[in-house]
Amino acid sequence: MRVNEIYPPGKHFLMGNEALVIGALLAKCRFYAGYPITPSSEIMNLMARYLPLVNGVFIQMEDEIASIISIIGASLAGARAMTATSGPGFSLMQEGIGYAIMAEIPIVVVDVMRAGPSTGQATKAAQGDVMQARWGRHGDQEIIAIAPASAQEMLDLTIHAFNLADKYRVPVIILSDEIVGHAEEIVLVPNEEDIVIYPRKEPLTKDEPLFGGDGINIAPFPTLGKGFNVLVTGSTHTEYGYRKTQDPETHKRLVNHLVNKIRINRDEIINYSVHGDEDARIGIIAYGSVYRSALEALNMARNEGIKVKLFRPITLWPSPDGEMRKFAEDLDFLIVPELNTKMYALEVERAVRGNFEVLSLNKIGGGLPIYPEEILGFIKKVR
Amino acid sequence: MESNVNLIHPYVGKYLRKEVMPHGMCPGCGNMSIANTLIRAIDKKYGSFDKFVFVSGIGCAAWIPSPHFLADTVHVVHGRAIPAATGIKLANPELNVIVISGDGDLAAIGGNHLFHAARRNIDIITILVNNFNYGMTGGQLAPTTPVNARTITTPYGNIEEPFNLAKLIAEAGANYVARWTIVHVLQLEKSLMRALDIEGFRFIEVLSPCTTRFIRWNMKSLNELLDYFKNNSVNIKVASEDDIKSGKIIVGEFAERDRIGYLRRYRKLIDRALSLWR
Repeated sequence: MRVNEIYPPGKHFLMGNEALVIGALLAKCRFYAGYPITPSSEIMNLMARYLPLVNGVFIQMEDEIASIISIIGASLAGARAMTATSGPGFSLMQEGIGYAIMAEIPIVVVDVMRAGPSTGQATKAAQGDVMQARWGRHGDQEIIAIAPASAQEMLDLTIHAFNLADKYRVPVIILSDEIVGHAEEIVLVPNEEDIVIYPRKEPLTKDEPLFGGDGINIAPFPTLGKGFNVLVTGSTHTEYGYRKTQDPETHKRLVNHLVNKIRINRDEIINYSVHGDEDARIGIIAYGSVYRSALEALNMARNEGIKVKLFRPITLWPSPDGEMRKFAEDLDFLIVPELNTKMYALEVERAVRGNFEVLSLNKIGGGLPIYPEEILGFIKKVR
Repeated sequence: MESNVNLIHPYVGKYLRKEVMPHGMCPGCGNMSIANTLIRAIDKKYGSFDKFVFVSGIGCAAWIPSPHFLADTVHVVHGRAIPAATGIKLANPELNVIVISGDGDLAAIGGNHLFHAARRNIDIITILVNNFNYGMTGGQLAPTTPVNARTITTPYGNIEEPFNLAKLIAEAGANYVARWTIVHVLQLEKSLMRALDIEGFRFIEVLSPCTTRFIRWNMKSLNELLDYFKNNSVNIKVASEDDIKSGKIIVGEFAERDRIGYLRRYRKLIDRALSLWR
């Protein structure tokens, strides 16, 4: 069955989590393993309904650890594979994500953020996993994390996430939140013929290096069962996959490659948007659901004759440091509204290195968005 | 003096990687004997490793396939060989997926996955090498360590009851379950051949010596354990209540069922789903 037989091209009225499922199916994700957790469960529920129809595999695993590891296995066997979870499950998945980074296995992990720590508030929106997405694993590493802000972006960015994962052989995290996941909006479902799929680069010969490299070029992906006799390991390994855990040079070369393949290619990976008056001296940096409020606040301010500009990182990691710095060059104030206790704001402070304070507007606990009126009120107060 | 004796094992180059020979297992360890038996079974049945994938976790037994086997080998994080194998098998059902790992890896940290794989009857073979302790990390208590045995974390003797793994996995629903010791080479080979023939979850537990840790603290010599294996193993077909109570090692086939495997069930599910939608 074709995906467009389930979701015909055109306008639909859907919640973000459902739009994400359509994006995954259109991106040819054909393996999903997961474990129920609010507020991400709709993703799994719908994958269970639709994957068998497109000859894909859906399996509900015994826990989040099994989920992340089985999508890694499926990816190694040639499938585009995904799992979705929320805070507690995301914590359990971290070791598996680290393995996928080390062994360079493309996977897509969705975290529909809720309020933590621990079980926290299962049904309430938050942005408290933004640093866990970046640093949740032990060891040196880079990762890609993208933050959709609408149901449409849940679809579009999921397709993009699969392409990034395959291109850079790295896990890609879709960092959504309860508001984006559950808000129902109009979504334009594309024609599946129009979807661009980045093909995995396959080895051409049996003696090509399959791992690591110079940080610029990504080694071809050795799908299991094709006669490459591939050695996959999470231990420090040579370009051919042999464990070599005593040699500092091997470790240095491998880790530098894992880090540099993201850092060097950052311009190709990073996605952001800038809004408002270019000469404004009040700036806002916001991502995810909060970006929507910030955009509305910007328009409200403009109606009142206050000039404001807005920077929205679509790619949270790698962080768009230079782009944020350039955005903040002539500002008097920079406001970072977030549904956490000043997490990305610290990252922004580090990035902009300005002579002004980064003003943090935080809200936690209620599961409510930061309303545009609140951002506008904050602007008026500090100005 | 030139020798015309071929000192290279005939499996090297075909089934074992030349680059990693001689292997690094301890003298007297049972691991490579298990490797030898498994390769012999596969050689007799298939004649090559073509379309075989070996998955292992962390620990000495996990090193049997990785890096020694000249095949696709996936060496994953501690305890997670079975979910990795599950993903591989479901994404490409053509592959023969075999998990080889230790008792600590598969029954302690990975215990949850082991029981669920048996319940699900997922179409993989799992070979669990039970050496009664954590060998690689220095000989700590495992869920298979006998009561009163000394390990480095039970210096005054183990007070915990061990798992009866073969029985447990048979109860959990695996299609095929057997237990042998390292001295039952021919029986093990037969069991492996049988396991290669059928679908669903197949589980083979092999009791094996850890000369460097477990034996050093609990026995006089390797031979003492091998003799124990020889003299105290009773086949489940003839085992009495007394044998079980007196601590004999119950070996043999604990389960052989013909429950439909997960993959065939999944294919039926696809047909059902499509017929409901069309």
